[in-house]
Amino acid sequence: MTMPVYVSPEQLMKDRADYARKGIARGRSVVVLSYEGGIAFVADNPRALHKVSEIYDRIAFAAVGKYNEFENLRVAGVRYADLRGYSYDRADVTARGLANVYAQTLGSIFTTDPKPLEVELTVAEVMGRQSEDQIYRISYDGSVADVPGFLAMGGQADQIQTELGERWREGLSLSEALMLAVELLARDPNGGQPAELGAGQLEVAVLDRLRLRRAFRRLAGPLLERLLRSDDPTTDVPHTDDARPGLHDTLTGDDEEASTGALAEPPIVPPPVER
Amino acid sequence: MIDAVDRAGGTGRLPAAFLTPGSSSFTEFLGAHAAHLLPGSRPLPAGSLPELPHGTTIVALTFKGGVVMAGDRRATMGSLIAHREIEKVYPADEYSCIGIAGTAGIAVELVRLFQVELEHYEKIEGALLSLDGKANRLSTMIRNNLTLAMQGLAVVPVFGGYDLDRGVGRIFSYDVTGGRYEEHDHHSVGSGSVFARGSLKKRWRWGLDSSEAVAVAVEALFDAADDDSATGGPDQTRRIYPVVAAVTDAGYVRVSEDEVAAAADAVTPRREEVDAR
Repeated sequence: MTMPVYVSPEQLMKDRADYARKGIARGRSVVVLSYEGGIAFVADNPRALHKVSEIYDRIAFAAVGKYNEFENLRVAGVRYADLRGYSYDRADVTARGLANVYAQTLGSIFTTDPKPLEVELTVAEVMGRQSEDQIYRISYDGSVADVPGFLAMGGQADQIQTELGERWREGLSLSEALMLAVELLARDPNGGQPAELGAGQLEVAVLDRLRLRRAFRRLAGPLLERLLRSDDPTTDVPHTDDARPGLHDTLTGDDEEASTGALAEPPIVPPPVER
Repeated sequence: MIDAVDRAGGTGRLPAAFLTPGSSSFTEFLGAHAAHLLPGSRPLPAGSLPELPHGTTIVALTFKGGVVMAGDRRATMGSLIAHREIEKVYPADEYSCIGIAGTAGIAVELVRLFQVELEHYEKIEGALLSLDGKANRLSTMIRNNLTLAMQGLAVVPVFGGYDLDRGVGRIFSYDVTGGRYEEHDHHSVGSGSVFARGSLKKRWRWGLDSSEAVAVAVEALFDAADDDSATGGPDQTRRIYPVVAAVTDAGYVRVSEDEVAAAADAVTPRREEVDAR
């Protein structure tokens, strides 16, 4: 006859936490940091499977861990935000509300489901002033932290976080913030040579404070290369989209190179959608 | 009622509908999770409806760079003017616009839902829907409203946009059953549409530029207002002019009030000339 094995709740939770932490630590890191003109997201992630995405007008999402799990949470977040904005008003969708439901969901899954989610999330909302920017970090067990200014998640999170604490300051320009993030992401945790992290290996996005409505834009191409070079005068993103027709979720700076010197067409900013 | 938190039995956890993978459609999600928020799925109480505000005339026409859509500013309730400056032409997303005639309350709700639907798809898929895809989505949404339409709460939109694949402006009209028809060159819906259409037929020509297209649209509304009491003409006293939007490869742009006012003011002397005796 087999006896049921008694496992103390402490042990059970510890095992689950260890399991989730191990899963998260396998992935590469993501850095989120606030800069003068908004909030920047930098991930060592050359693939098309995004770790950073738009949730709502001023709110973005970043995640590390298992892709299928955080992708599902991202979609849930977009649904939550769109439902709230549709039934109340666009202004009533906040990062705090979203961070709360994520925390409840992750916490509930952590304690009741057979397997905890191996993810760690960041929900960030850009506000009128840098001191008011909101960055929330939500862990696999549902614990939430309201982080001032910067955070790192994923594999080398602790080291990067410590270093960011020493070197991040309010009022960094975008290019300073990006260069700092890339330098820390490229560090070898074992003390070896830093990796080469060029524009092509990075997933970079910003929540641009000066945009009227949808503030989230990905950065790529020549624009990102210029921002990452210390000898280039570019320090911030343009506040208008690329002129090329199509989806305007990415700023590449392609057309600026093409039309050097020539007066560009006046930018067309679509008016905010009627509420 | 709509809070995720309340609907999950007090655990605060997001309900299953939020975490179900597969759908990129906001209306489908609403149908599964909060059907009461869909205009078409609310039961109507018995009895006859009171008089409700109705939106009237919308015109749309293509031009060299895309499509222009314009709507007058009047909403009527029976023989009363319910609202003098209602807006009936809206951006649907960056490359399309929608104009609405019919029961104003439902129409405005439908437009909001359609705007969220397109943005929702864009965020989830990371891609824009094709113009035909958007037109078909709208079709489904109108069809879902059929029960209300049968009770007299019909919404008849006209949808226009710039087709990025073909590089042209296109116009779609709808009937209350969700039937979708592509219109060539120009179209008009609403109570004054008969007169607006007559005007468009005479004034529209191939190869209009954007300012000519704005002038043609404004004149068509002028003609509609001339003969249809439910369509508001340009109101110089209160400076209320039609809402005119242009959609080109540069996206949706609302034509400035000054330009619309100039186009409207230019119609009057022409008419005076015709009527001079």
